[in-house]
Amino acid sequence: MSHILLAVIIGAGFGAVLDRIGATNPNVIGRMLSLTNLGLMKTILLAIGVGSVLMFGGQMLGLVDVGHMSVKAAYVGVFLGGLLLGTGWAVAGYCPGTGVAAAATGRKDAWFFIAGGLLGAAAYMVSYPVWKASGLLDDLAGGKVTLGTVPGSKFDGIFAVQGDILGIVLGLAFVVIAFVLPDCVVCQRKDTPRVTPAE
Amino acid sequence: MTLNWKIGGLALGLVFFLAVLLVKPIGVSTQFVILDGIVAQAVNPELVSQTDEGWTSTNAYLAKSKGKYAKSVANPMNYSFIFVGAMMLGAFLSALLRGGVGRAERTVPELWRANFGDGAGKRYAAAFAGGFVVLYGARLAGGCTSGHMMSGIMQTALSGYIFALGAFAAAIPVAIMMYRKEA
Repeated sequence: MSHILLAVIIGAGFGAVLDRIGATNPNVIGRMLSLTNLGLMKTILLAIGVGSVLMFGGQMLGLVDVGHMSVKAAYVGVFLGGLLLGTGWAVAGYCPGTGVAAAATGRKDAWFFIAGGLLGAAAYMVSYPVWKASGLLDDLAGGKVTLGTVPGSKFDGIFAVQGDILGIVLGLAFVVIAFVLPDCVVCQRKDTPRVTPAE
Repeated sequence: MTLNWKIGGLALGLVFFLAVLLVKPIGVSTQFVILDGIVAQAVNPELVSQTDEGWTSTNAYLAKSKGKYAKSVANPMNYSFIFVGAMMLGAFLSALLRGGVGRAERTVPELWRANFGDGAGKRYAAAFAGGFVVLYGARLAGGCTSGHMMSGIMQTALSGYIFALGAFAAAIPVAIMMYRKEA
């Protein structure tokens, strides 16, 4: 029961934050992916950094249960699936989490995204045996692995580095990247003031 | 309207931290499969069944990993499924408090309108097709932007980096080609 309550609190918090950072807005996603406004990218990088530092720091202090970590397997399909997701993300301006959140904010196109998503997920459920047989779902580099070896975790590390320290270092690196990343890469459109040509 | 990236990033990072502190890392895309399973189970009650060791399904995908998806289909009142419902509630309240989304914007977002016109049918078709590809890809990858990119990279998971590389390698060129006109 307490898990259900936590699902409601953390889920509602996540949905509200996604809305407030602009992630439920396909215009913001489109501008981020076309590199004209990287504000949301900076938000995401900072969030990864903050989450990482707090989690690994908490683990080192014994305040965070290492057993709560859940690492997904690495396989060729992860990259292929990423390519597909990236394509649809750019077209629709939604990913699974932001799509459901956007639908709740009243965006009608997001409901069509969800409907397409349910059909796409069903198509994968049906075609799963083909992927499984192809070998593209077979573990790569040990499968469920982290970059360093995290003390007390059930996941192996790729490099012989203490995983929690590496996690904090990488977390801080993400924070730094968030700060140094420019506001835009392709800036000649709206963000820069237009220069009036001299007569 | 949109939070400054420093405040927004801090808030988003705290949510991801709280999730892993109290329960487990955030993930969303699996729940599309669970909802499909719940609907399919209502049509075909034989889809998911209980065994001596747990749960299984006539669908190989629901039956994989010792039937963990089959179990969630049989018990929709589980953490991850409720989580997605709560996300919608949180986003709804947040949007309500900031005055909601404008009427035209609700149908066709302005960036889309600037590049492809204000036809609703075209936008709905693109959103539907995009959704299909996104969820097919997410299930092939075993996670989405939340589970792989955010939760995964935060935990220094190799899979999270591989996923992000693939996602941006496709998303950035497609977006640059599609959204040439700024709204």
